[in-house]
Amino acid sequence: MFTTKSFIKKNKVGNYLKHVREHYIRDDIACGLQECESCFPVESFLSPDHENKCALFEFNHYIILDTNVILDQMDILEESILGNVIILHTVLKEVKHRSLPMYKRLYNIIDNPSRHFYVFINDHHKGTYLQQKEAELVNDYNDRCIRAACSWYINHAPKCRFIFLTDDSANRAKALQENIQSLSVSDYITNLNNNSSLTDKLSRKDYHAKDAAKDVFPNHLTNVELLTGIREGRLLQGTFRASRDNFLEGFVSVDSYEDQIIVQGRAGLNRAVDGDTVALELFREDDWVCPSDIVLEDEGVEDENVDDVISKENELKRETKKKRGAKPTGRVVGIIRRKWRQYCGILQGGIDGVYQLFVPADKSIPKIRVETRQAEFLRTQKLIVTIDSWPKHSRYPHGHFVRALGKIGDQSTENEVILLEHDVPHSQFSEEVLACLPKMPWIITDDDVTKRVDLRHLDICSVDPPGCTDIDDALHCRPIDPEKLEVGVHIADVSHFIRPGTPLDREAASRATTVYLVNNRIDMVPELLSSNLCSLRGGEERFAFSCIWEMDHNANILNVRFHKSIIKSRKAMTYEEAQLIIDDKTKQDSVAESLRNLNKLAKIMKQRRLANGALVLASPEVKIQMDSETMEPLDVEVKKLFETNSMIEEFMLQANISVAEKILEVFPDCAMLRRHPVPPSLNFDPLVKAGRHLGFEIKVDSGKNLAKSLDEAIKKDNPYLNTMFRILATRCMLQAVYFASGAFQKEDYYHYGLAVPLYTHFTSPIRRYADIIVHRLLAVICGSDATYPDLLDKKKTTDLCQNLNYRNRMAQYAGRASIAFNTHLFFKGKLQDEEGYVLYVRKNALQILIPRYGLECTLFLARKGETSNIFEYNEEDQTQKAGDVVLHAFDPVVVRLTLDSNNIQHEKFVLQLVKPVVDNFSVPGIDQTDDNDKKRKSPEPDKKKRKKKKH
Amino acid sequence: MSKNRELLSKIGLRLDGRRADELRRIRCKLGVFTEPDGSAYLEQGLTKILAAVYGPHQVRGNRSKAQHDAAVVNCQFSMAVFSTGERKRRPRGDRKSTEISIHLRQALTAAIKTELYPWSQIDVYVEVLHADGGIYPACVNAATLALIDAGIPLKEYVCACTASLANNDVPMLDISHQEEIIGGPTLTVAALPMSGKIVLMEMSQRFHVDHLQKVLEKALQGCRDIKHILDEAVKSHIQDVGSSTGWANTT
Ligand SMILES: [Zn+2]
Repeated sequence: MFTTKSFIKKNKVGNYLKHVREHYIRDDIACGLQECESCFPVESFLSPDHENKCALFEFNHYIILDTNVILDQMDILEESILGNVIILHTVLKEVKHRSLPMYKRLYNIIDNPSRHFYVFINDHHKGTYLQQKEAELVNDYNDRCIRAACSWYINHAPKCRFIFLTDDSANRAKALQENIQSLSVSDYITNLNNNSSLTDKLSRKDYHAKDAAKDVFPNHLTNVELLTGIREGRLLQGTFRASRDNFLEGFVSVDSYEDQIIVQGRAGLNRAVDGDTVALELFREDDWVCPSDIVLEDEGVEDENVDDVISKENELKRETKKKRGAKPTGRVVGIIRRKWRQYCGILQGGIDGVYQLFVPADKSIPKIRVETRQAEFLRTQKLIVTIDSWPKHSRYPHGHFVRALGKIGDQSTENEVILLEHDVPHSQFSEEVLACLPKMPWIITDDDVTKRVDLRHLDICSVDPPGCTDIDDALHCRPIDPEKLEVGVHIADVSHFIRPGTPLDREAASRATTVYLVNNRIDMVPELLSSNLCSLRGGEERFAFSCIWEMDHNANILNVRFHKSIIKSRKAMTYEEAQLIIDDKTKQDSVAESLRNLNKLAKIMKQRRLANGALVLASPEVKIQMDSETMEPLDVEVKKLFETNSMIEEFMLQANISVAEKILEVFPDCAMLRRHPVPPSLNFDPLVKAGRHLGFEIKVDSGKNLAKSLDEAIKKDNPYLNTMFRILATRCMLQAVYFASGAFQKEDYYHYGLAVPLYTHFTSPIRRYADIIVHRLLAVICGSDATYPDLLDKKKTTDLCQNLNYRNRMAQYAGRASIAFNTHLFFKGKLQDEEGYVLYVRKNALQILIPRYGLECTLFLARKGETSNIFEYNEEDQTQKAGDVVLHAFDPVVVRLTLDSNNIQHEKFVLQLVKPVVDNFSVPGIDQTDDNDKKRKSPEPDKKKRKKKKH
Repeated sequence: MSKNRELLSKIGLRLDGRRADELRRIRCKLGVFTEPDGSAYLEQGLTKILAAVYGPHQVRGNRSKAQHDAAVVNCQFSMAVFSTGERKRRPRGDRKSTEISIHLRQALTAAIKTELYPWSQIDVYVEVLHADGGIYPACVNAATLALIDAGIPLKEYVCACTASLANNDVPMLDISHQEEIIGGPTLTVAALPMSGKIVLMEMSQRFHVDHLQKVLEKALQGCRDIKHILDEAVKSHIQDVGSSTGWANTT
């Protein structure tokens, strides 16, 4: 059954501990060739019927790949042209070690039977195992193992032919010496018979420019030099972050330093790309500089010419050298690990030939040089490009084209870009996932009825934003005796349909959340569930998970119970409808009565919550009205809020709190909770400063004091001032995150924003995966479902939380990006005067918030790099003064708004001051009777598929 | 680093090249010392154990421990200073070795026909020469051999084995140190494999109840496999001893 030969592998780790590990060599590992009769038959996708047609060989052949091919040429491998590929285990391990994303992509190919890939475990095979020689480098050892496996295959199956592909010329030479037929990938691909689509995707790593070319960048140190440098403390290791505004500046965050370390100029950045792990040399303190606040854009068009860079470097030096307050500065001397990914962007216009410059949408990524034969077409498209290498003689990194997303400026293209840039999984649900859905027509069986509490007789209703199709909560309220009210929150029973471990469950867990773009919704679960079976629609019988309290009239909870139920919502209302019913005193039916009771209770609960120190934060949330036919934005407006919004929110908060208490009680180790950490006091600096300049003391020592000082920050002549404070306060906060209760100390469970010791998410299982987990935990507690191993595993839950937190953050950013894009679309070609407020006062600019559109824009007081001769900046008071006009933070202004579309990837708003009037600076207002404003009377909103988020 | 490591690769091999249901290599030898009444050396992977048995003899020291109807089994477990990567003095009788000593006694007492030796005592000394996971099972297996070497009547072999779950799904056998560190909970079972009786069972962490049965079965399978290996070793030992004394020829 197994060979008993054991080998010993020694390696030294950390403080020179001797590690000895077993390594079993086996005789039962198969070659995977269908033609082979000597090996033990195994499942193998290799097929003699598949043909690799390369013009260089007149015979069919199997391909063996070197590690570098997989790491660099994945885009080629993913095209389903190459087949019958043997992946050696040595290679697989190396790929996994070097790049997990590449490993995952590789495994997707291996798992696909139609690609005919096979993994050969050469390192445990008795015929191909080699022992590492004394002082042999790992790379050399691996190369030797790979060649040994090639030779073994050649001898093992004399009737078959094998081609070894590697881009490492040294390894290729050695392979040829050992009579292994070996080629570089580009030689192989260019000679393929059907290569048309492939050549553009070749990685340009081996690209050698004229050797005479002058070096643009200093050398990188070798890996060994880097490691010894770091160990001896001469070099620092950190993560490189490029500045978005200045292509010649970046920051490296090093663990042992509180400040980020500045790197500047070509020599300082030395080919580091945003996100890379770099090694850094710190300068002596006299050479430290200040972070620049100037904006420098890379305007290069011609390839290797660096004159303009040099002039910009000089400008930067002048700017940063002289001042006091220098920060630690250094230069990048080597790259420890690249974090290159795929980038969205466009081709820079005005370049002829096969070499083109690609401009990423993300400003912190440098332009990328690509080689393509279809530049004409690609110039109209949004593209995805990846970086292959960055040689020191090249001003730009070299990359290759991966795929085109669609025409620049199209809604669908832009949506795709937003989704890709935020890593939102948005492919169609697979057949496998859809197979997990219940068969239609779906009916409630007698069995279901016995297992659930039948609440169909209750007058339950739901209140949501207009156009909402994924209704996940409904409520009821009824008096049970003169002193007591029964209040029920009924949440869609999604976990009934999504069973743990199924493909549907895994897909939902990976998506983690539904993503809302302006005119598109990327569902977490298939539509049949999200908009039908789980959605608590009016008049339909649905499964729900109910949380039912008995309360007195002062909203004190007397007791709480949870159970699965069957409900029939009487009506799905909008916030506005519910508000009208409450306000309309002639309505006396039971729905109206319960809404009024709920509203009354909610007000008390809110009062109590605020008294406990819960924060009321503000961030201007806008809603974009779309023309349902042309899909063009018609209007941008701030969301309207009714009393009923707050009513629903209160009960959802309370349900979440009650559930959190329950699941923690029963599952102290693996309950999925949500915490909102207390922000470090440093975060509040801008808020406290802004308060001081306006004569308010904002206390930030506790949430309660902060809430109180925010309440007191009121100025009669500027009613919006309080909101401005709240907007600023919102920006000081940290993100709330999910966590497994066992992974934190009890005092860290605290939710700062809500000022509650425990919180979780229970109320939106249709659009959040965390809620599904919470439902499952609660279902176990109610005895209506069983546990499964992963649910009780603290580590698994922690891993899951990490993904949920990441996806939620990305979903939020994607939603904002979508609103920004549509706001831009709306403003295209428009000229408008709008009311705004000064958010921050800067040296040469004012940051203006325009609440009506939720926009934050910069009003430049002077041109870049210049100081204004009209305005006088007072750093102490944070004011700008021009004549007798003094502008403070939070002052109201009127500005003219236009959209600058010169740069199609980065359209931006340009502001001009209208009021207060400043001679030689402000512009006269557009005539207010201009009918431009009145024309766009908003029609009915598009009701098809949109839902605004609730709390 | 441990995070990205799967205990069982998609191809079905473990980190050291074993399949999920394979034991590590077991090599053993009986009668390695002359001084004690019985002794054995056992290697299970890189875990190396020496076991020595003295007795049965009169109860030494505290006489009140003696039992009128059975022998007292006394176990002493210790680890050599060089047994792990880090050289460390390990005083006898620390908490961990006391615990293992007690567990050893529990497993061995179940197998020894103690009722044959009232008022007497059997001493079992086990020393770990090298630790690479699964120390306790290796000690049980070595002690069994030493007891056989000492000629103490046993009901049957007592064998022990560990099992765990790879990737939270596939049960796997005989956990190495590397796997112990990376993996989740480990189940240790000592059993009388022929009658299928479990004499000791221990979990390092909780298993989900859905998994426990299959992991337990896997561990019992391991005990049966080990029994075969020990049995072979005993037979060949007897043959060696026999041939040197001329037994083999007389039959
Ligand atoms: Zn074969």
